[in-house]
Amino acid sequence: MAREQRDDAGTDRAERDGAVKQKLTREEKIAARRARFAKPEPELTEEERLEEELAEAARRGADDWGPPPGKAKSFWSSGRRLLGLLHPYRWWLALVFALGSIGVFLVVLGPKILGEATNIIVQGFIQRQMPAGATQAQIVEGLRQQGQDDFANMIERMPDLQPGQGIDFEALGGILLIVLGIYLVGSLFQWLQGYVINRIVQRTVQGLRRDVEHKIHRLPLSYYDRMQRGDLLSRVTNDLDNVSQSMSQSMSQVVTGLLTVVGVLVMMLSINVWLALIALIAVPLTGIILGVVMGPAQGLFKEQWKRTGKLNAIVEEAFAGHALVKVFGREQAVRARFAEQNDAVFDASFKAQFISGLVFPLMTFVGNIGYVLVAVAGGLFVAAGQILVGDVQAFIQYSQQFSQNLGQIGQTITMVQSGVASAERVFELLDADDEASDAGGAVPEEGSGRVTFEHVRFSYSPDRPLIEDLSLEVEPGQTVAIVGPTGAGKTTLVNLLMRFYELDGGRITLDGVDTATMTRDALRAQTGMVLQDTWLFGGTIRENIAYARPDATEEEIRAAAEATYVDRFVHSLPDGYDTVIDEEASNLSAGEKQLVTIARAFLARPSVLILDEATSSVDTRTELLLQHAMAALRTDRTSFVIAHRLSTIRDADLILVMEAGRIVEQGDHDSLVAAQGAYWRLLNAQFEQAATDLDLEEELAETGAVPTQQTT
Amino acid sequence: MLWKLIVRYVKPSWLPLILVVVFQFAQSVLSLMLPTINADIINDGVLKGDTDTIWRLGFLMLGLSFGQVAANILAILFGSRLAMRAGRDLRSDIFRSVGDYSEQDVQRFGAASLITRNTNDVQQVQMLILMSCTMLLSAPMLAIGGVIMAVRADATLAWLIAVAVPLMVIVLVVLVTRLVPIFRQLQERIDAINKVLREQLTGIRVIRAFVQERREKQRFAVANDGVTDAMLRTGNIFVLMFPIIMLIVEFSSVSVLWFGAGLVDSGELEIGTMMAFLQYLMQILMGVMMATFMTIMIPRAAVSAKRIGEVLETESSIVRVAHGEAMPTPGTVELRDVVFEYPGADTPVLDGVSLSAAPGETVAIIGSTGSGKSTLVNLIPRLFDATGGQVLVGGADVKALDAETLWRGIAIVPQRPYLFGGTVASNLRYGNEQATDEQLWRALEIAQAAGFVQQMDGQLGARIAQGGTNVSGGQRQRLSIARALVAEPDVLVFDDSFSALDLTTDARLRAALTESVGQITQIVVAQRVSTIVDADRIVVLEAGRVVATGTHDELLSSSETYREIVDSQMAVEA
Repeated sequence: MAREQRDDAGTDRAERDGAVKQKLTREEKIAARRARFAKPEPELTEEERLEEELAEAARRGADDWGPPPGKAKSFWSSGRRLLGLLHPYRWWLALVFALGSIGVFLVVLGPKILGEATNIIVQGFIQRQMPAGATQAQIVEGLRQQGQDDFANMIERMPDLQPGQGIDFEALGGILLIVLGIYLVGSLFQWLQGYVINRIVQRTVQGLRRDVEHKIHRLPLSYYDRMQRGDLLSRVTNDLDNVSQSMSQSMSQVVTGLLTVVGVLVMMLSINVWLALIALIAVPLTGIILGVVMGPAQGLFKEQWKRTGKLNAIVEEAFAGHALVKVFGREQAVRARFAEQNDAVFDASFKAQFISGLVFPLMTFVGNIGYVLVAVAGGLFVAAGQILVGDVQAFIQYSQQFSQNLGQIGQTITMVQSGVASAERVFELLDADDEASDAGGAVPEEGSGRVTFEHVRFSYSPDRPLIEDLSLEVEPGQTVAIVGPTGAGKTTLVNLLMRFYELDGGRITLDGVDTATMTRDALRAQTGMVLQDTWLFGGTIRENIAYARPDATEEEIRAAAEATYVDRFVHSLPDGYDTVIDEEASNLSAGEKQLVTIARAFLARPSVLILDEATSSVDTRTELLLQHAMAALRTDRTSFVIAHRLSTIRDADLILVMEAGRIVEQGDHDSLVAAQGAYWRLLNAQFEQAATDLDLEEELAETGAVPTQQTT
Repeated sequence: MLWKLIVRYVKPSWLPLILVVVFQFAQSVLSLMLPTINADIINDGVLKGDTDTIWRLGFLMLGLSFGQVAANILAILFGSRLAMRAGRDLRSDIFRSVGDYSEQDVQRFGAASLITRNTNDVQQVQMLILMSCTMLLSAPMLAIGGVIMAVRADATLAWLIAVAVPLMVIVLVVLVTRLVPIFRQLQERIDAINKVLREQLTGIRVIRAFVQERREKQRFAVANDGVTDAMLRTGNIFVLMFPIIMLIVEFSSVSVLWFGAGLVDSGELEIGTMMAFLQYLMQILMGVMMATFMTIMIPRAAVSAKRIGEVLETESSIVRVAHGEAMPTPGTVELRDVVFEYPGADTPVLDGVSLSAAPGETVAIIGSTGSGKSTLVNLIPRLFDATGGQVLVGGADVKALDAETLWRGIAIVPQRPYLFGGTVASNLRYGNEQATDEQLWRALEIAQAAGFVQQMDGQLGARIAQGGTNVSGGQRQRLSIARALVAEPDVLVFDDSFSALDLTTDARLRAALTESVGQITQIVVAQRVSTIVDADRIVVLEAGRVVATGTHDELLSSSETYREIVDSQMAVEA
């Protein structure tokens, strides 16, 4: 007989396994994986796939080594939907973009006006060296005669030349004040824009998070069975974080970046077309460099992560299997393998870091070339009298701004891609089908707990029927023990009773009322549940006991704790009932956790109780306490027990023996043993191995059955 | 610790480090020369209408740019090599340290924590070294060089630097020091909200069963508000930072023009020089800014360095002997008055435990959780060292045995069976590389694993995922037993190794073992009485003491504790 799986997912995981495996076709699995890691390769061997997964894990583990992977399946529709979330704030957004545009406009004007200031200084400097009283035309003429054509051209270009005069400080001061004003207002607008966008984005993300959380409570349980828990967790945590990060960082950058690029371009062209073209040489150069460097860098990074993933796997194995490595004499071999892979990682990461490190100096280099070109060409243009010195200065600033903003836009695009890919994964979760809505509002009376199953039919997947035509009647206060091999449908039966899943046919009634006509909440308020999976939340012991009834009084909590033996161990804890159960609940033993879950169910005072007897190993003493606590809980209640212990089964009013979704036998212990049917065979199968054990044979003689032993 | 680690691991690369410094210096000097030459272009070329000078100086600037990029690339070349090498050596040393650890040391840190330390923490430190070599180093050079050049260009304007730079530093420091605690708080709140979500996902059944959706939503809303609040506050600082920095830069340049103009007018300053001064000021401010931002990396790397330091500084609690004795009587195991106590603990885990096993015997140890069973079996292969008494294997004290000799004679089946990534065969041959396929199959037969291995795709060649996660718990346990059998040890130690097996399989396995192991000594720790009823001797352990020893039948009549255990286990497997 197969033992219940010890998986924390609980007993019914095994029951569904078959169904789920068939359900998820190979294509679906590949698609799911692709969604996860955005792999474009169509077919991977097992080994390659493993390698890629390791590499991906290594990459994600080293959080700040680059943005998360960013390929959405349908970038545009998901991106549009993400933007759609901002809809309630559209007027605010319009306002900030207006503000931002003005800000950008002002900032872009800055260098040009500052250039004017330089022109005034230059002009004053040159005027001073000229004889007072001469006209501009006279001086130009004079210079030409001396053969200084270039200088003459420059002078000719100067507006309103007043030879002999120094710098016009009044005009200079005026312009500088204007510049200061422009910068001040520009910064203010930029700040306002950033401030408002930050609020909008954070509120939007807050809403998105809330939607996701609400969705968690609306999804049918079958969804959780289908999805990997790790994948779900990653969607509601990492992906949400990533959406928030990339949105807040990229929203204002995209707009200001684009506007600045356009504005700068316009300004440059308005000053001098030829100089503008020379300054723009940097653009294709930047493109080429990025292409030449980043192309190989991508490949090198991939290699780096691949090797790091392998190395991490070696480290994980060596540390997790530490004792085995030693006792089985593998120390030398493991060290050699590590050293080899460590060298390989060094090799790959050195190359990747070096090549990618080139981007920055090369960009600087391109910037410098642009700078030199503008300086030289600008100087020549000035000498030719086509522009003024201040314009060259403005140009130098413009070309810097231009390349800076281009680089930023590039970064932002990566961020947006990654944000949209994350958003898409969150949307997929939000788009999953909800649980069927509650049909009616039939309210069960505070009833006695009579339960009937009438011709119940159910399967997890249509092609693999599990329960067909199951009928059953349970009197109030009875204890029903459900026994049978793994996969027989024991857990399914109680899941249906709790309406975690909807029936395919037939009906279940509680005190005569069809459960399908009640709201789920009303139904569940009547039922209590103790699962093997001892889930407690991160709060105090008191809060956990009072989980189902936050309004319970201190006396009620104490009473529940005493009845279920929680009170005993609570006193040995440093903070008693105020002890906070940490996330792994490592401050409580497995048995103690189970006792708390029993106390929780006790306090809930349900009329129908569902117990999944624990099979996890707890020590002998706690085991006894557990049995007593469960017995206390069952008193005067209709109870369904997925039973493992002989004592529970023997004391049950009704034993259901399940096989392959059907109840093959029911009755009490004595009658079932006497019938020598499925129940009897079940007990015998247990017995085979212990056949030599005389003590147990005596037990058999007493009970007429063949029990076995097990630490559960 | 961070500094110590960096010094220690960069030291072997002293030559590349010197080269990095030299090239960073060269590229800083070269980039600092550009504005001066630009000033000359304006002063001597543009303002004098001398196009030849413009061309000549232009080419010079181009040449310097080439030199600068070359020096920068070389600095990055040596820098990344040096940083990655430091990372490699760090990983290697941590790996070696942990390799020497006793099982007790590993448990103290936790395997998962050790893994993180050898991967992510090393990466943090390695990245800091890389960033220092490629960027952080040149920032102060540029700033200081900028100051020198600016002062040289015009000392009368230098007071502007003395105003602008401290202003920038103050603003950055104020903003960053505000940002760091908020950032930490933000991280805490993100952790908190993720914890709520994780709890909701794992406890979804309980939440629904107890109809607590409303309450969970409430709990989440509180966490959500917390995160949003922290996000808003960090965002508010961030959006302030850029405009303020820009404002300082812009005010500085306006000031340079205004005050410079006065000097130009009085003939004390050339226009080109004023421009150069302006550019130096920008360079200084940018250098200061970059250096400030880079320092944000340091606290994080420091935490990592501390965690790495802990690993490297921990000496293994077990001292190995280089040349050990030989075993006079292979296959025997004896414990004499063994005491085991964790440092600082009130009560010992094991207190005066004695037992012995002769070749071919099976000695079982039973007791409740926390009675010290697992500790006891860890003492035999010397994964722990007893703090009192003696552990003898093969007639010799394990402390006097060479580790290799000791381990060659022992195979263990751990409580949580662990399989290595590879194939079924590679796992089975873990302790005996020379084993033939026949030997493997025989071991699989005994371990009741032949059946499912035959059904696996590729049989002995079937793939096993790291940790053995692609086979069930019971299968993992059986493969782990087969692996121990293939090693052909004198002593086999089972640490609660049958718990994931159903009773029938458990029984068949034990029958097969008894039949085939011959002279192998078995030490069996068990939870289930049924597993050990046939043992030659059963040792009942309670709270670290042996309360009874004997066969099953003897103990049933003599030991109250044993009877209690048996009683509590009356159950039906279902």
